[in-house]
Parts: sequence; C-alpha cells; structure tokens
Amino acid sequence: MKKPIIEFEDFSFQYRAQASPTLQGIDLTIYEGEKVLILGPSGSGKSTLAHCINGLIPFFYPGTIKGSLRIRGIQQVDLSIAELSEVVGTVLQDPDGQFIGLTVAEDIAFKLENKNVPQQEMTDKVAAAAEAVGIEAHLQWSPHNLSGGQKQRTTLGGVLVDDVDILLFDEPLANLDPKTGKSAIELIDRIGCRPDKTVIVIEHRLEDVLHRPVDRIIVMHEGRIKADLTPGELLSSEILAETGIREPLYVTALKYAGCRITPDQHPEHVDTIRLDESIAKLRTWYESQVREMSPVERETVLELEHVDFGYEENRLILQDISLRIGQGEMVSIVGKNGAGKSTLSKLICGFHYPGKGRILFKGHDMRGDTIKERSRYIGYVMQNPNQMISKSTVYEETAFGLSVRKIPEEEMKVRVYEVLRICGLYEFRNWPISALSFGQKKRVTIASILVMNPEILILDEPTAGQDYRHYNEMMEFLLQLNHGGITVIMITHDMHLMMEYAHRTIVLADGRKIADDRPSAILTDPAIVETANLKETSVYQLARRAGFDEPQEFVRRFIEYDRRKRAR
Amino acid sequence: MKAKMLSYTRQDSPIHRLTGAVKLLFFVLWCVTAMITYDTRCLLAMFVFSLAVFKISKVKFRNFSFVLYLILFFMLLNQLAVYLFSPAEGVKIYGTSHELFHFAGRYNLTAEQLFYQFNILLKYFTVIPMALLFLLTTDPSEFAASLNRIGVSYRISYAVSIAMRYIPDIQRDFQNIAFAAQARGIDMSKKEKLGARIKNVSAVLMPLILTSLQRIETISAAMELRAFGHGRTRTWYNARPFAKGDFLALVLIVAISAGSTLLTFYDGTRFYNIFLNR
Repeated sequence: MKKPIIEFEDFSFQYRAQASPTLQGIDLTIYEGEKVLILGPSGSGKSTLAHCINGLIPFFYPGTIKGSLRIRGIQQVDLSIAELSEVVGTVLQDPDGQFIGLTVAEDIAFKLENKNVPQQEMTDKVAAAAEAVGIEAHLQWSPHNLSGGQKQRTTLGGVLVDDVDILLFDEPLANLDPKTGKSAIELIDRIGCRPDKTVIVIEHRLEDVLHRPVDRIIVMHEGRIKADLTPGELLSSEILAETGIREPLYVTALKYAGCRITPDQHPEHVDTIRLDESIAKLRTWYESQVREMSPVERETVLELEHVDFGYEENRLILQDISLRIGQGEMVSIVGKNGAGKSTLSKLICGFHYPGKGRILFKGHDMRGDTIKERSRYIGYVMQNPNQMISKSTVYEETAFGLSVRKIPEEEMKVRVYEVLRICGLYEFRNWPISALSFGQKKRVTIASILVMNPEILILDEPTAGQDYRHYNEMMEFLLQLNHGGITVIMITHDMHLMMEYAHRTIVLADGRKIADDRPSAILTDPAIVETANLKETSVYQLARRAGFDEPQEFVRRFIEYDRRKRAR
Repeated sequence: MKAKMLSYTRQDSPIHRLTGAVKLLFFVLWCVTAMITYDTRCLLAMFVFSLAVFKISKVKFRNFSFVLYLILFFMLLNQLAVYLFSPAEGVKIYGTSHELFHFAGRYNLTAEQLFYQFNILLKYFTVIPMALLFLLTTDPSEFAASLNRIGVSYRISYAVSIAMRYIPDIQRDFQNIAFAAQARGIDMSKKEKLGARIKNVSAVLMPLILTSLQRIETISAAMELRAFGHGRTRTWYNARPFAKGDFLALVLIVAISAGSTLLTFYDGTRFYNIFLNR
C-alpha cells in the first residue's frame, strides 16, 4: 500500500498583494518514494505550489490559504518553516543566490549548524554528503571559483546532509548549460532512486527532465491542475500544445512526418520510443524536403582579425580570434562559462582593447573609438533586465540614451514612440516599469538600445529564464528586427535558440574559436558538443535510430522545415 | 582578474592560527593603548613590535599595497591639516618654544610642533599594520563563530560573515551594470563634466540597489529553508577552540597595554617631553 506524503485537498492560495488566487482548487496526492514532475509555463502557479510544500508560503510570502495541505499527515499551517525543513529539502532556482557559506564545506554544513549538531559529527556528515554529490574535492573552495553545476551540487549536498524525505527542486535547470543540466538530471535520478526519497521536480523544460524517467507528470495551467498522467500519456496528448510547453524535438520531428504518438510506443525518451512503421514515414518526409540552397553572400559589417586579449600579461582569455559577421546576419556565439564569450562582447563594445589584432566595423578599425562612439552603431543588451533599468517609467527609460546625448525633446519623442511601437510597448509608455513582467522589461531594455539606431545588436542570453511561449515571442520579435536590417549577435547556452533562429553559430572553448558553422553541423558534431558543454539534439539521435545514412542532413532539413512552420 | 585586495587569503602562520575573537580583542586593546599614549618610547616599541608581527604573518605586500598608499596619502593630508589648524599645538603641550623657521603670521615651525606631529604619525604607524593584519588574516566565518563564542548574538555574527560572502558578487554586479550603462553612451569617464558624471553614476545605483534587494530576498528565503534562526543557539562548522597561542596573545596584549599606560602616566602626563632640562 502506497503511503501518501503530501496531500492537497481543495487547496487555494492568494498572495497578499494579488487580486485573485494564484492557486485554485488543487487536489493532489503525492506518495512516498515517487518521482514527480510538476510541469507548467511561467505564471501557471507551479512555483507557488512548490513554496506551499516547503513552507515559504505562508511563512515567508504571506497570503490567504483555503482548503487543506497535509505533509506526512500533519496540517502544513501548524508547522514552521524550520519544522518543514526536517521533511522537505529544497533546491532553489538560482545556484548562486542560495549559496550561503563562504566555502563549499560551510554551505553544506549550514543546516546542521542551525540544528546545533556538534562540530565533530558535522565534519563527518559534511564529508559524506559531499561525496554523495561528487563535490568532495572542492570542500574548501569559495563560491566564486565554482561553476554553476558545482554550486548546484553543493546546494544539493546541503539538503542531503540532513536526512530529509522529500527533495524539492525548483527549476533546477534554469541557470545551467545543456551538458551540466544533463548531469544534474542524472544526479537527481541517482539520489531519487532510494526508496525512502520522494523527488519533486518543478520545470518547464520537459525533454531535459525526461532524460531520466519520472513516474508521474502534473501539468499546471492558470493556477489549476490541468492533467495528472504518465509521461507516455502526456506526449501522446494535445496538452503540451494547449498549455504552451515545448514538446521534445524528436516528437516534433515525428509529428512533422505525420506519425501518431501513442503511450504504448514508450515515447518518453528518444532511445526507448518504438519506431517500427514510423521509419517509413520519416523517410517519405525526408525525401520530400529539398536539399540545401547555398547561403546568401553578405557584406561584412563586423570583423575580428587575430584578436588576443588577457587581463594579465601571460594569461590570455581570448586567443587568436578571427571572425566576420555579415550585414543582416543572425549569429549565435556559444561556449561554456569562462570560454570568453562575455569578454568578446566587451571587446566589441570598446570596454577593453585587444592586446593584439584588430576589430573592424565596416572596414574601419575601431581602436580609436570610445565606448560612447561605438554605442552609436553597436547596442548591447544584458541578460538581466533589472541590471539595465535605471528610470521609473517605460518612456523615460527608453529615452534615457537620447537625453544624455542632448537630442531635442521633439525629435526624442518621435523616435521613442516609433521604437515603442516596434517593440509592442506603445500602450505601456507611461507605465511604471515595476509593473511589467520579466519579458516586457526585457523588451524595454531592447527598446532603450534600439532607439539609438544601432546597426548591430549584441544580446547576452536573450531568452534566459523564459518559458516556451515567452521564448517564441522574444525570438520572433528579434527575427522581425533582423528582417528590418539589424545584425543580431546572440550569446547563449540555449540550443533551441541556436537551432531555430541562428544563421550561423560560432563556438568558443578556452579562449579559442573551435567552430564556425551552421547550427545543424555544430549540434551533430560530438567533439564540439562535448567541449562546448552542449548536448546533441534528439532529432539527430532519432535520425540515427531510424537508420538514416546522413543524420546531419536530416537535422538540417528538420530545422529548415521547422523555421518555415514557425514563420507562418 | 586583479589580486584580491584587503580580503582574507587562506595561509598558514601563527597569526592566521589565532581565533578571530582574540584578534579582535587584541586589535581593540592595541588601538586604545596607542590612542592613549603620546609617549614616544612606547609608540616606537609598539611600532617595532607590529612590524615584527607583520613579518611573522607572511602576508604578501601586493594584497594590501594599494590600500597602504591610500592611507599614506590621507595621512599626509591629515598632517598638513593638523599644522594648518593649530601650528602652535606642540608649544602649548610642551611649554617651550624652539623656533626653527618662520613662514608668515602665526605660522612658524617649532621643534615642539614637529615632535608633536611626529608622535601623531607614529600612532598611525602603530595602528595601521595591526588593522591591515586583522583584515588580511581573519577568516570571516571563523570570526563569526568566535564572536558568537564571546557572547555576540549569532544572528549578528552571521550577518558579518554573509556580508563578506556577498561583497565580491555585488562588485561584479556593479561592474556589469556600469558596463551596460557605458555601452548605452552614459559616460562615467573623466571626459564628462563633473555634474553630468555624478548624474550618470547615479543611473548605475538604482539597478544596483534593485539587484541587491533581489539577492537579499533569495538568500533570506534560502536561509529560512535551511532552518536559520529557528534555534536559540547554533554550532559552527569552522569554530576553532582557544589554543595556547590565543592565551599567549591575550596575556601579551594585556601586558603591553598595562606596561605602556604605566610608563606613559609615570610622570603624570600623557606626553613624553624631550624639551625639559633634566
């Protein structure tokens, strides 16, 4: 008999500052030892649900609760966060923000310290927990020297150190590159397979979570539970499209080929799905697609010639980088953390000067140009909009760059309004920025750059932290700008973005350029995928499993077809 | 990136091995003693002693060079100010006047004034090495643990440690924000006029405050989720028991304080007078 460990009964919750409930009529039972994925787009209430389980609601984020929630048979509201933390261990979204200690060991020990565990016992427990998550070699390291994946391992260690029954992961993949994300899912799986552990993962990246099996998927939509089913059932249904969640790419490919997905095919992983008669359909579809057309010749707008750069004399961060970007191109730059991606954008914007080599804008050497001069033709948009916004209303923020340039009021107004219309923000022009959503804020920051008429737009992780629907909106918007003639350079980890929108992908590793090719070629080259911390696309795996002689060409045709579908 | 400035670096020396609380006590008593006395003999002895301690600590010059230059510069300003505001302070204290040079009006240079200002300088020089050492050799989390041990509430002690943890993050945020602002043509360099520059720098502050507030929210949620603040007491992973060295250091500082104070007030005044005819 399965023992229930979390029981929601007709549960609803309304944040104090909100006009309507974020969660409504939740009926959900999670049993001991289960591994459950809670899936939903942003704003669906999935994080709120997680906060109810770990007690941040109502103790940290106050509001009104109706109905009942029992954790191990006890009413949640009768417990405190600290008491709940004896049962529920939480790993939050941002591995950097939740790193409390000054070293790995201290961070893992934090919970034990608060529970007054004697020092000697603590040392042993920390060592054991560190080994369980594979961070034992870095016990004395400070968070600033750790990678995102290592930080997450540490946080997980800090949860495991105190024997909790429920492990709750709130968007564990949010800030990780594809390869690190993959190993995070493997680690979660390894820890969750112990029969006494219940694992709950909150995510919207379905394909990545399904890298390892889950028992059940709860789909959240607009504050309610929309579905509660197995992965196979979910992938065979229309629920994903209805809720705005990206389906796994191999499923999309199969659907394009006209295949029907059923639960008995085991569609939950590209390696397990039974293809049988689907293979013939995939072949027919493949043959019906055209071979590649030769790429368009473009005039060079930005060129780097043998650029070297390092903060210190004999430690180069970038080495012999040569690349050219064509007018009107949409290029992505990828590479793991510390590969030199952001340094490259700082060089282009003029924040640093290359030690050796030249950077040319339309054939003109930019060495003599200051940051301010370059900002007339190169715009830079940061990952986190909150780090860019310094005015309180949309209009002021967008006009800021022009007002420091002393552009006359009349002209400024015309230009700002025009840009706000392009960005779909005109109706919001007098709104306070704090009232906007994350995606809208991001648009404001792009608008505030566009208003200065740059020819090149450099964006750092333009889609980070956004779900499928917002991702689509943002990328279609950038595509529209690109069609309008702006050259777009995107620094990213996001493989979907690369596949679906980049004309070309430049891969950096350890300060060198290791590849410069079409995304389909990059994502099917195992050596590059490995060194740049990427992941092979599942379409490639599908093509190989279906026995195509040129799986790479299959991926390319899939991308082409997919772009045409999107454009419609 | 640049070598870490004025922050703790993991090293091993008898000074590093002392617990944070003892170092703090030592430092406070040391400062008080140096502030009380104007006895040149005591100050000189303390100065030599602090240099010796510095040598033992094996701290590297580049870890504090910049700050040291900064302090020296302000000390120079301070000395000038002392002279400008009261050029005859030395005469007043020592009761005699040996004029060496006359500038204008009340501004003359006396041997007494020179000696008085030399003593002030010496005071700084006895305190500065200890202050630098305290910052450079104290592990913040161990410091928090030992503060808690000597009776400070663990919430306050932990605040110290968490501030240390976040300083580099906030510095990085600041750099990124400033970078983005400059790439928007918001000039913060010397090319801009001072008024505009101040206005432009303030454009960086708002996003910095917002992102810092966000950080605080995340970290406090993370801390509560791991039961911080639940118990009346807590233990410390990095706590270190008081060792022989700690007691030795305490005995030493008490002896130094007592010795110096005794010597200073032996002849009834804080000032050691070389101008008396004995």
